[in-house]
Amino acid sequence: MTPVAPWRSLFPHSSSEPLNPLLNGPSTGPGTLASGTPAVAQPMSRRAVAKLLSGLGAAALSAPLASVPLSVAPLSAARAQDRYLDVRPGGEFKPVSIAVTNFAGENTGPNHPTGVIINNFRHSVFLNPLDPKTFISDTAPLDQAPQMDPWKAINAQFVVTGRSTRTADGRLQTEFRLWDVTSGQQIAGQQYVTDPSNGRRVAHIISDTIFSRITGEKGFFDTRVVFVDETGSRDRRRKRLAIMDQDGANVRYLTRGDDLVVTPRFSPSSQDITYMSFGAADPKVLLLNIETGQREVVGNFPGMTFSPRFSPDGQKIVMSLSQGASSNLFTMDLRSRNTTRLSDSSSIDTSPSYSPDGAQIAFESDRGGTQQIYIMSSSGSAPRRVSFGDGRYSTPVWSPRGDYIAFTRQKGSSFGIGVMKPDGSGERILTEGFHNEGPTWAPNGLFLMFFRDVPGQGGPRLFMVDLYGRGEFPVPTPSYASDPAWSPLLN
Amino acid sequence: MGFHMSVGSPGARIFGARGVKLAMALSVALAIAACAKNPADDPTALAGYGAGGRGGAATPGSPQDFAVNVGDRVFFESDSSELTQTAQATLDKQARWLQQYNRYNFTIEGHADERGTREYNFALGARRAEATKNYLAARGVPASRMRTISYGKERPVATCDDISCWSQNRRAVTVLGAGQS
Repeated sequence: MTPVAPWRSLFPHSSSEPLNPLLNGPSTGPGTLASGTPAVAQPMSRRAVAKLLSGLGAAALSAPLASVPLSVAPLSAARAQDRYLDVRPGGEFKPVSIAVTNFAGENTGPNHPTGVIINNFRHSVFLNPLDPKTFISDTAPLDQAPQMDPWKAINAQFVVTGRSTRTADGRLQTEFRLWDVTSGQQIAGQQYVTDPSNGRRVAHIISDTIFSRITGEKGFFDTRVVFVDETGSRDRRRKRLAIMDQDGANVRYLTRGDDLVVTPRFSPSSQDITYMSFGAADPKVLLLNIETGQREVVGNFPGMTFSPRFSPDGQKIVMSLSQGASSNLFTMDLRSRNTTRLSDSSSIDTSPSYSPDGAQIAFESDRGGTQQIYIMSSSGSAPRRVSFGDGRYSTPVWSPRGDYIAFTRQKGSSFGIGVMKPDGSGERILTEGFHNEGPTWAPNGLFLMFFRDVPGQGGPRLFMVDLYGRGEFPVPTPSYASDPAWSPLLN
Repeated sequence: MGFHMSVGSPGARIFGARGVKLAMALSVALAIAACAKNPADDPTALAGYGAGGRGGAATPGSPQDFAVNVGDRVFFESDSSELTQTAQATLDKQARWLQQYNRYNFTIEGHADERGTREYNFALGARRAEATKNYLAARGVPASRMRTISYGKERPVATCDDISCWSQNRRAVTVLGAGQS
């Protein structure tokens, strides 16, 4: 009964495509860089490549790029440096300064790559995009190494050059190069030809490529967020599932708002969403295929099911079932439809979240008197409490890297978002206030998104914070918003 | 104190179109109740209007009668599903009324305040509805007439971001359904 925007309408032309890497720093060896010769293809999943290639002519693949002066020696130097900023040891890093020059070409407007990339980097914490107003030279020629002195003068450590033009057949061709100011060498470069409607995605993919080249970590810009859009008065709130790019662009609604919906979560493929919905009978966990719009109830449970989440392989959904005064954890296998009980207590067991290897499940339980975080094997055995700090600990979410569990902590009259190691050590509260709830990880495990209520503001808003609590940013949404869930990387 | 109650809220939705005037009067009564620091301490507040006999008293056995003269909701302490003395007194009255007028099936809605996480609050609301159901069943109301649902913190009746409202939102509401005729 609720119309769902199909996947294809979200990505009407799923054809963005990396082309002719000029120089793919670490993966390109000396001697393979004859002028104009396509170098190593950008690593992409086979499925993604197949998807992207569909509908594209082969001509684009062989589009020659002007020669770039390169020498062998600096390349070796670039290879020796796997990363320029190690973001893992802790929060005591100094962000690297990067100058993103204006991409030349006729592709202008809100999807212009320069603005999208700079906005991304402003929320990246680890990269500090310099204000273009401070640039001594505004643009740099794409096809030759820029003069580095003007960039050294403003303390830029890296410079991005690029252009975005239209091909003869109307497609968007976007190229960029990343230069290390200190060595004067190009350390990354890619070209993409795609339908113009994918302009923002290309800018996000470029952002990820640059972020990865500098930090050695996966990116997180070419991602989406599913969340609950909230409108209307608080006692009659209208809630709709919505999906958008991580920077708030391209908002689409997945449900109409007739039924109350909460806690959407992505499948590992980003093609399905599981969430809780109130309908005519008991509230239930549903599964929504974004591509087809098809919805189904997950399992045939005798009571309210809630708090669903996918297993890392996408084959199971784990959730709570309310029966009597207790709530226990169950899984349903999406292929066999078999349901399995994981916990059997008189307590409230909820908010289950798998470890990335699928072997364990973190969850919250009040079996000890108040909400605390527990970990058990994914078959339900050997539960053990891991949160022992001061307060009530809830909504555990395992980092995609496995190194941390994010949580909501209620202490006194404040609600904070924090992380701890899976053994309960190393607890850090990243943000705290009247009400912060429901963390979700960026796919690289370096950032969290959550929702925040502030008294008198009428409703919640989304925010993101980095793993160390160094930077916190509002995430733009059209209305009040809650229950964000970050997608895996799309590229 | 920032309290308001819409006509569509659980306490008022039982009124048909012809009951609008009464519903408005009831809203006033509920608003007065809302000003008590803890409504659980003042069981007469919700029933005050009907008992006052200010004209047009509800027809005995009608949903209005139940809401006005019996009280359709009980309140809970923070993070608790225990029925207070006050709540038990209200449910005793509910049980007598529901046995007298046994044509009604009904739904017990469990709710939580906003000072908890979403998933836990669904479970907490379910516990409150269950506690209410069990109490009524123990007082002789057939379980077959009851169904429960939890709304967690999704449907507050009072929205003022402080304890005067949260205490009203921690509730279980007995919503009469269609008669069995």
